[in-house]
Amino acid sequence: MVDVAVVGAGIVGAACALACARRGLSVVVLERGGLVAGTTGSGEGNLLVSDKPPGPELDLALLSLRLWREWAPELGDIELEAKGGLIVTRSDAALPALSAAARAQAVAGVLAEELDAAAVREREPAIAPDVVGGVYYPQDMQVQPARAAAAMLAAARDLGARVLLRTPAVAVRPDGVDTPTSSVTARWVVNAAGAWAGSLGTALPVAPRRGFVMVTEPVGRLIRHKVYSAEYLDNVASDAASMQTSTVVEGTPAGTVLIGATRELVGFDPALSHDAVGALARGAIALFPALAGVRAIRVYRGYRPFAPDHLPVIGPDPGMPSLLHAHGHEGAGIGLAPATGHLIAQSIVGETPDLDLTPFDPARFLTATPTPLP
Amino acid sequence: MVSWFCGMGVCFACAGPQSPRTCVPAPAGPVECPEPDVVVVGAGPGGLSAAVGAAGSGAAVVVVDLGARPGGQYLRAARHPLIERAEAHPRITFVQGHEVWAAGPGLRVGDRELRPRAVVLATGGYDRVVPFPGWDLPGVVTAGGAQALAKGQGVPIGRRVLVAGTGPFLLAVAASLREVGAEVVAVVEASRLSRWLRHPRAVVGSPGRLVEAARYLRGTAVWHGQRVTAVERYGDGLRALVSPKDRWVEVDAVCVGHGFTPSIELAVALGCDTRVDPRDGSLVVTVDDAQRSSVPGVLVAGEATGVGGAALAMAEGAIAGLAAAHHIGLIDDRALAAATASHRRTRARRLRFANALHAVYPAPDAVPPDGTVLCRCERVTVGRARADIVRYGIDDVRALKLLTRVGMGMCQGRMCGRTALALLRAETGQVPDPVAFARRPFAFPVPLRTLASLDGKGGHA
Repeated sequence: MVDVAVVGAGIVGAACALACARRGLSVVVLERGGLVAGTTGSGEGNLLVSDKPPGPELDLALLSLRLWREWAPELGDIELEAKGGLIVTRSDAALPALSAAARAQAVAGVLAEELDAAAVREREPAIAPDVVGGVYYPQDMQVQPARAAAAMLAAARDLGARVLLRTPAVAVRPDGVDTPTSSVTARWVVNAAGAWAGSLGTALPVAPRRGFVMVTEPVGRLIRHKVYSAEYLDNVASDAASMQTSTVVEGTPAGTVLIGATRELVGFDPALSHDAVGALARGAIALFPALAGVRAIRVYRGYRPFAPDHLPVIGPDPGMPSLLHAHGHEGAGIGLAPATGHLIAQSIVGETPDLDLTPFDPARFLTATPTPLP
Repeated sequence: MVSWFCGMGVCFACAGPQSPRTCVPAPAGPVECPEPDVVVVGAGPGGLSAAVGAAGSGAAVVVVDLGARPGGQYLRAARHPLIERAEAHPRITFVQGHEVWAAGPGLRVGDRELRPRAVVLATGGYDRVVPFPGWDLPGVVTAGGAQALAKGQGVPIGRRVLVAGTGPFLLAVAASLREVGAEVVAVVEASRLSRWLRHPRAVVGSPGRLVEAARYLRGTAVWHGQRVTAVERYGDGLRALVSPKDRWVEVDAVCVGHGFTPSIELAVALGCDTRVDPRDGSLVVTVDDAQRSSVPGVLVAGEATGVGGAALAMAEGAIAGLAAAHHIGLIDDRALAAATASHRRTRARRLRFANALHAVYPAPDAVPPDGTVLCRCERVTVGRARADIVRYGIDDVRALKLLTRVGMGMCQGRMCGRTALALLRAETGQVPDPVAFARRPFAFPVPLRTLASLDGKGGHA
């Protein structure tokens, strides 16, 4: 008998496990694959406010950024870097919209600095000459997501949590979960299974949204911030199943450049898409022409846990109050993980959550007009 | 300053002021070749034999090879009847100075995608080095790298050189070094000659090999049963600690090789089944009697199916080339059987000798001391990787790579993969899946401008 069984050892499950263990709860984590085997190991490690309009997700992100800073010292070397984000555009027509978005975000507590072409170039000397302006977001950070998740799990283990790898949860009961070979009795079950979460508890419309990321050879400090094009915002908010590409380019402490991001609703299809690779390369060169001669050394794909209304799913299962959902963060799961874990732990111990959880309530999918799965 | 390590384009540390991989030619221009029936990857002994075999059966063959000229590592810069035959053949086109950078379903070469009806992978291998303290110092190179520099450019890696590791290849390297004026202090050979006594049939069956070995040996001291266990900077040069006598030897360069690692990433990318070769622990492609992999139309020859040397690769390549022609319907079952009969006998004989070599020169799989650099590209020591394995509970290769960065750099685990597997096994008590270290969707680094030409229709824009 444990207090909490967390299903999924990705970043969200790890954060839930750590937040619960810190409150003295006994925790067991069940993971269907290996350590960082799922989406967490395929992410870029974005901790962003820049891509979120005012609303519940931005509130969650601001809480999470605060928690990242609080948690980081205990987690050791997780490559947390307050590098700042830079949204740029090559279209004069897009500038007013960027500027309006930044002003609205500022009201919600986001630091945003509008830049003209010269100011963009000052921050990113290698940027393409046709970039006409952008917005700088100093709060955006980056983390090495795999190390962050593993460090959270290790910290939870130090507090007595158990982590069972290659142990899938096949069924959830009011008093625990079943694995193929045994059952775990638990007061609470947390479904943090990410893109695989839809099948545990009440069926929820969470689906995998595939993305490819490319990694280049080390190039030193060619790219200083997380730089992305303004179309990224439209693509994140899109529901289209076909592939969308908007370029996100950033340097890492290892010297490599990460190039994202494609978004496709194609199920769990592991095949390497040469379309995606081509689109990523074209987008990256358009933002940073010097990348044309830089070589890609790796490409990998991951599956974002996509919820049709683009909001995380956090809160009790409509049919089983002892089951708490913590998924549906799509591409923002790394950034939103500490806040999610914190709010789940608060719910379990009966504290008033620091944020109103109503917008994230899993029951919203049952009351609203059903959204067809793609 | 130019540094040098592998000498054959796989370590990405053979770097000059401009670029890593000074050890291979600069990327050649556009790929110009006809649409082939058969693509052979690699123009070493195995690939050339395959090309001749397939073309001789009527196939239009394109050979893709990274070298400036056909021949591979073994026939490098030498005039050889096999090279001349292949170059003179009207149905063989060479695409030199290019590599296949991705496979599946087609083969990506430069800005082209080749979609042949059969593929022969004769991708060879590269020197395996078991890490030791100091193996990352300038002046420590692979045995093959030293030979490539000597045979390819006529340059000795140093004036006073130690050649160390295990296997008869070290003798050939010592000979190449002496030919370009280096003083080879000794060949430090981990094995003992007496191990040969257990394999008399192999010796009797391949007298030519013995003559070859004797020719290499002339004038070179061989210290059997000894190992280089550390190298340090010393004055302007280096000094190497030779165990078990623990004496320091002053040199300019140390050339190291512990057998070979097969290059199998293209086969893995195409979905071919693999296995661990029990003779030396290498991950190799599983093939049948006709060199067919588990994927129809993908034939594999040479080191990629199990390390065995050039002579064996030639026999396997000849069979693979004929099997490729058979796969696309140019020859029938009977013709295949007849044409391959003598090659099969040769293959069996050379395989026996290769097996004996593996038994006499066993590949060590030791985990080096904690202070040793494990991953050269990312500068991760054995100790740091071990600490992360313990702290995070790492028990598989994917987590090892993501959490420690071991194998995540330019060489993508080519240099460190085998030792990383040994470390993981030592710490977890379980045998990790080695294929994870051979999965490289980009078989080689590829410029973004090349990738940018990939369009939305599975071809190029």
